[in-house]
Amino acid sequence: MNGTLAIQAQDLTRTFGSFTAVDHITLEVHGGEIFGFLGANGAGKTTAMRMFTGLLAPSSGTAQVAGHDVYTESEAIKRSIGYMSQRFSLYEDLTSRENIRLYGGIYGLASKEIRSRTEQMLARLGMEDAADLAVRSLPLGWRQKLSFSVALLHRPQIVFLDEPTGGVDPITRRQFWEMIYQAAAGGTTVLVTTHYMDEAEYCDRISIMVAGRIGAMGTPSELKQQYGAETMDEVFVRLVRPTNGGGAA
Amino acid sequence: MNALRGLLKKEWRHILRDRRTLAVIVLMPVIQVILFGFAIRTDVKDIRLVIVDPTPDHVTLEIRNRLEATDVFHTVAVLPNSAGLEGLFQRGKAEEAIVFEPQFASRLGQGLPARVEVIADATEPNTGSTRQNYAMAVIRQYQRDQQTVQPGVVIATQLRMRFDPTAESSHLFVPGLVAFVLTIISALMTAISLTREKETGTMEALLVSPLRPWQIIVGKVMPYLSIGFVSVLLVILEARLVFDVPLRGSLVLLLGEGLLYILVSLSLGMLISSRTSSQRVAMMGALLGTMLPTMLLSGFIFPIESMPTVLQWISNVIPAKWFVTIVRSIMLKGTGLAYLWQETLILCAMALALLVLSTRSFHTRLE
Amino acid sequence: MREILALAWAEVLHIVRDKATLAQVVVMPVVQLLVLSNAATFTIQDTPAYVVDLDHSVISRGLVTRLTASGRFTIQGRSNSLDQANDALLRDEATMVVVIPTDFEKDLVRTGNAKVLLSVNAEKGSAAGIVQSYAADILSDYSRELGAELRPGRVTVVDPSRLGPVRGTDRIEGRVRSWYNPTLNYKHYMVPGILVSLVTMISTLLSAQNIAREKEIGTLEQINVTPITKGQFITAKLLPLGVLGLLDLSIGLVIAWAVFGVPMRGSLVLLFGVTMIYLVVTLSIGLFISGRVDTQQQAMFVTFFIMMIYLLMSGLFTPVESMPHWVQVAAEFNPVRHFVSISRAILIKGAGLAEIARPLAMLVAFGIGTCWLAVGQYQKRTA
Repeated sequence: MNGTLAIQAQDLTRTFGSFTAVDHITLEVHGGEIFGFLGANGAGKTTAMRMFTGLLAPSSGTAQVAGHDVYTESEAIKRSIGYMSQRFSLYEDLTSRENIRLYGGIYGLASKEIRSRTEQMLARLGMEDAADLAVRSLPLGWRQKLSFSVALLHRPQIVFLDEPTGGVDPITRRQFWEMIYQAAAGGTTVLVTTHYMDEAEYCDRISIMVAGRIGAMGTPSELKQQYGAETMDEVFVRLVRPTNGGGAA
Repeated sequence: MNALRGLLKKEWRHILRDRRTLAVIVLMPVIQVILFGFAIRTDVKDIRLVIVDPTPDHVTLEIRNRLEATDVFHTVAVLPNSAGLEGLFQRGKAEEAIVFEPQFASRLGQGLPARVEVIADATEPNTGSTRQNYAMAVIRQYQRDQQTVQPGVVIATQLRMRFDPTAESSHLFVPGLVAFVLTIISALMTAISLTREKETGTMEALLVSPLRPWQIIVGKVMPYLSIGFVSVLLVILEARLVFDVPLRGSLVLLLGEGLLYILVSLSLGMLISSRTSSQRVAMMGALLGTMLPTMLLSGFIFPIESMPTVLQWISNVIPAKWFVTIVRSIMLKGTGLAYLWQETLILCAMALALLVLSTRSFHTRLE
Repeated sequence: MREILALAWAEVLHIVRDKATLAQVVVMPVVQLLVLSNAATFTIQDTPAYVVDLDHSVISRGLVTRLTASGRFTIQGRSNSLDQANDALLRDEATMVVVIPTDFEKDLVRTGNAKVLLSVNAEKGSAAGIVQSYAADILSDYSRELGAELRPGRVTVVDPSRLGPVRGTDRIEGRVRSWYNPTLNYKHYMVPGILVSLVTMISTLLSAQNIAREKEIGTLEQINVTPITKGQFITAKLLPLGVLGLLDLSIGLVIAWAVFGVPMRGSLVLLFGVTMIYLVVTLSIGLFISGRVDTQQQAMFVTFFIMMIYLLMSGLFTPVESMPHWVQVAAEFNPVRHFVSISRAILIKGAGLAEIARPLAMLVAFGIGTCWLAVGQYQKRTA
């Protein structure tokens, strides 16, 4: 890991009317690490991520992503990041190739560059034959992998993945994580949210959000030790429902 | 029956909760009638006149004064020749021009014919004709006033304008406008309600319930019928108060027919939405497909008698056409059911047919 | 630039692949243009008339024949009963009732004066006035003929609206000219109007759905996370839709010319140029609406409401000059109104750039304003 900070947040908060979705979170993500953003559904993970990606303005607190302030430089941030949303957000009536070409163009890549990266990407995904089919006809696993690749197309510094493995089969999940490792190995910082606790084991560091606050943060082994648990599932349960005095709030 | 009542309650709750849409549905016709009632006119007034008078003399000046003295013309320019005339017309600065031949009075004095040209912008033919007629009438009157010799034979026409002595075009259009705005609102309302349910999947739940299809349809139509009725009331009130459109016939009959017509429109909306599953396609189709045809083929603006026979036949299929006739008859002519039973019957038949077709569509959906 | 082209190309693909909408957008206008242009007319012909001839003389019969021979009236019924005539008016079976009193012929021969009663259904507004003037013209012609027959040698006044030499002390010869539409063909007036309303409706509806749809299906978020700017985004949306609008216009003009013989007196290049500006206005309005609503359904509802107002107050179907003064002022803020007058000026009056300068300037101002609004309201980041 290089010593730079990819993401920094200090007391970052977001409220919607009287409801506080993200409650004064403070965290740091180092360059090149795989950071897991865990928590139950509705804990505030997606809201936090949308603030980091410049999609949502914070209510209070500070944050910097890729060295830019989220309040004043949100457009600059977007040049250095990739994003894969929870909901499939590529154009279903376009083919894989057309979607890739579109985003290549939007990120300002030269046509030659787009073409070569497209072929590389399709080869890596094993999708050459399906490249010219409308994306809506692809099975879910392929769509997710395609989304992920498109998020990385312009070789961003940081990539944000929101529940990327939701609903896919175990094999595809495995392949996905291999892709994440590859990206991280190449120096890309990965911030991934998930509510699958076992995926936490794959991350360098994780944080667990509970009702908008960060309940716990550290490496998986640190947390397992801290909560005296064997698996991350147990850590989570102990965190959310403290019994027998286990775990800090 | 309880199931139906439950459905009705739910529909009402939906509607009342969405205050914004409710306000729009009720207010939209009201606002539109006001706007369009003022906008859709064909009265010819304020004609901007250009005079081309190379050699003004007592005759041309007299004619010019008479033209100006009418409250229909006002002179915007007096030119010595026709040079700038075309430009004025093209810019839309004038609608009519009177061109006098040079040496007008002296020619007349010598017993020679003197020509005066009345040029009207006839882009819109009827307006063009009317403009010409007005000018020619003034000239003719002048000529008559100069007559020293008795004409050979005169057939004098005694003219009576029936049913609307003022012949103001707003009286013609506003009743039709009532039909028009109601049509659009009703079709939109049902299309919205139904396709929304379809897209969110709640329609399936309804269909699987013990409710029979006809009950579903009735349950959906009733609340909107009531809302539509309120609209009708408001709109008729407007026509009376704002535009002074007379109501020579029975108000009760008018309201009754209004209710019947809304039923027809709602059923049409039902049918459209029962046939498409995509809300977007439904609305686009409903709008593109009904807006212009309703405007043009219902007789609301353009008289059906002026249309080619084929289109007159087609217009019979458009429910708005019948309602426009009914509204005009009741309001302007004061006719009663005795004269209107045919049109009323047709509307009833349409409502029935549309409802049956919609019900059948829902049946097939189950299979 | 590359960003705009990439997104614009994707938009083109969306349009082309949405067969249902494409059909609606290309086929429906053609059909409507063909069918409705025949409907939109105020031409008055074959007006049904009911005759109550109480004289039954040669002259009275001659009068009735003149009415039908003119082609303007058809005799829907005749009888001796005023009640039946009244009934026909009530039932809308006749628009005009002609009552010829007894002793009509006798009075004419003896005194040279006789009366005919015309009852016109004034429900029809200005049409009633025109019907009446048709009838008056026919009667006045008949008077002249009779005058020549019955009282030869006496001076007869010719209605100055008739062409031809006049005999008499005053010889004011009046000639009537109908500029731009000498044949008084209603289609030449309506077809451009219907074309404009179709192009307007389609372009506004399509653009209004556009952003709202992306919001609904979730693709807008992915776009918002890229560095593409608001201006680039809106431009990329405007381009393909604008081309589609121009395509619709071209098809419509071809039909107007080939099928309806609408004259194309002015420069088509100028017309297309103006249309491009106009499309920026309509599309920007649609995009503005689209950005502010949450669902496509809301988008359509709002668009529809606004469009109806624009179309009916634009002078497309009824002349702006007939509107009350305050409405005419309001109409100045209606871009459709300006486009209508410009397109009519170019096509039918053969106007050039100089003559349309004022409404064109208004359109340009609207274009800038609406575009600015559309770009301005689009937020890539939710506050």
